[in-house]
Amino acid sequence: MPTVDLAEVKLRDLNGALHKLPRDTNETHWVITNPGGKHAIACGVNLPLTIEVEGHVGYYCGGMNSDATIIIEGNAGVGVAENMMSGEVRVKGDASQAAGATGRGGLLVIEGNASARCGISMKGIDIVVKGSIGSMSAFMAQSGNLVVLGNAGEALGDSIYEARLFVRGSVASLGADCIEKTMGAEDRAALEAVLEKAELTEVSADDFKLYGSARRLYHFHVDNVDAY
Amino acid sequence: MCGIAGLFLKTRSLEPELGSMLSGMLAVLSDRGPDSAGFAVYGKGTDHLVKLTLRLPPRPDAGGAVIVAARQFELASPIFHANHVIISIPADKVQAVQAFILQSPSLSGVEIVGRGRRMEIYKDVGLPADVAKRFDLPQMSGTHAIGHTRMATESAVTTKGAHPFSTGTDQCLVHNGSLSNHNGVRRELQREGLSFETDNDSEVAAGYLTWRMREGASLREALTQSLRDLDGFYTFVVGTESGFAVLRDAIACKPALMAETDDYVAFGSEYRALAGLPGIAAARVFEPEPATVYAWERH
Repeated sequence: MPTVDLAEVKLRDLNGALHKLPRDTNETHWVITNPGGKHAIACGVNLPLTIEVEGHVGYYCGGMNSDATIIIEGNAGVGVAENMMSGEVRVKGDASQAAGATGRGGLLVIEGNASARCGISMKGIDIVVKGSIGSMSAFMAQSGNLVVLGNAGEALGDSIYEARLFVRGSVASLGADCIEKTMGAEDRAALEAVLEKAELTEVSADDFKLYGSARRLYHFHVDNVDAY
Repeated sequence: MCGIAGLFLKTRSLEPELGSMLSGMLAVLSDRGPDSAGFAVYGKGTDHLVKLTLRLPPRPDAGGAVIVAARQFELASPIFHANHVIISIPADKVQAVQAFILQSPSLSGVEIVGRGRRMEIYKDVGLPADVAKRFDLPQMSGTHAIGHTRMATESAVTTKGAHPFSTGTDQCLVHNGSLSNHNGVRRELQREGLSFETDNDSEVAAGYLTWRMREGASLREALTQSLRDLDGFYTFVVGTESGFAVLRDAIACKPALMAETDDYVAFGSEYRALAGLPGIAAARVFEPEPATVYAWERH
């Protein structure tokens, strides 16, 4: 089990080592100590590794992740798991802005709170936040599921295309073209599947409300002609 | 870009460490602002004395001229830190000394950077770690301090453009962001009798808070009012003689992170800046909420 101390080893060398591993490597469990808020830790990993980071990380940790499971034993800076393709990123503390931005797949679990713009432009990722999320979350979201056990800040789902937004607590306000929707059987099944993946089986799908696109911004509408 | 840092100590025993703690934070923030750096330290004050921080022009006789002027006004010997000088003046002589500095031919080019009972301000161009060392920041002690590392994007790399900005006694501000209505606000503040040294938007933010506090507002109240009157994006860290405060705009455009322990409150643009602080592993680390004033006061 390789342990990499980022107080001693250069970040570039760590990421280089992770990228060079062969597909059939036996070194599948990595521990990273003294992350010290450095940026881009374990970015672009594309193997089914387990990477534990012991401390707080800076920007873009786990960005572009494919297949790896990355566990952050602390807080994460801006853009954690940005553009994740698959695999899992789990933040034990809080996440800063733009968590899971543009993510295309995989699961991002934030055990604390996430701040503004969580899931901005999400494209298929599943994001679970045990705490609350900040303003402008799921801005222009395209697909995937955002599940929030706490509350959502202002302008949730502004200019949303698709994606399901499940919130258990309060929503400060909804953004343009985002509305509350009736949770159908398919939505409920999707929510339950995400909760199960996130190991939150004690949480009931009944307690959530579903928000999504009213689809009024999809097409040109003559009433909006003055806006062009 | 730009990086900002702030420290507010709760424990007296940490006071000798204030300068070295801030120095480490500024060095890390070089990545966010390598052009210039500045900091304000709230150290010891003496009753009835006001400290002026002066910046000397690059000519060899400037320091000597300050010493001569100090003797003329029967002041204690000036204390030099590289091209900055601290002179302590009895409160009733401050106006006369300031007028002399601005008018005397022998002191031409000497700038008044800040004025306070406890506050001293140092700023210069160069890598933040070098600037901190040049002024002996690691040796400075005090109760609170704020600092800034600048990456000039829209104006020249000059000392005048470096933060902190001070527009009132013992008041200073560092800013990461950009204000969009600063010209209008500057005109209004000029009508209220404030004067400005630069065209910089951050100086207007400092002036706005000075004006509000002059009108009787507390630091917290002044910042709350600024949410309505200052437009743009900003993270402010502000110091007064006994206070320390943080405010982010409603969109929270610029990064900000805080850590609080029983011993201190620390602010950094990023966690990296806080990572070297004592006891950080056990600190409560949190991101300040948008449009929310965080203020601490020494009692």
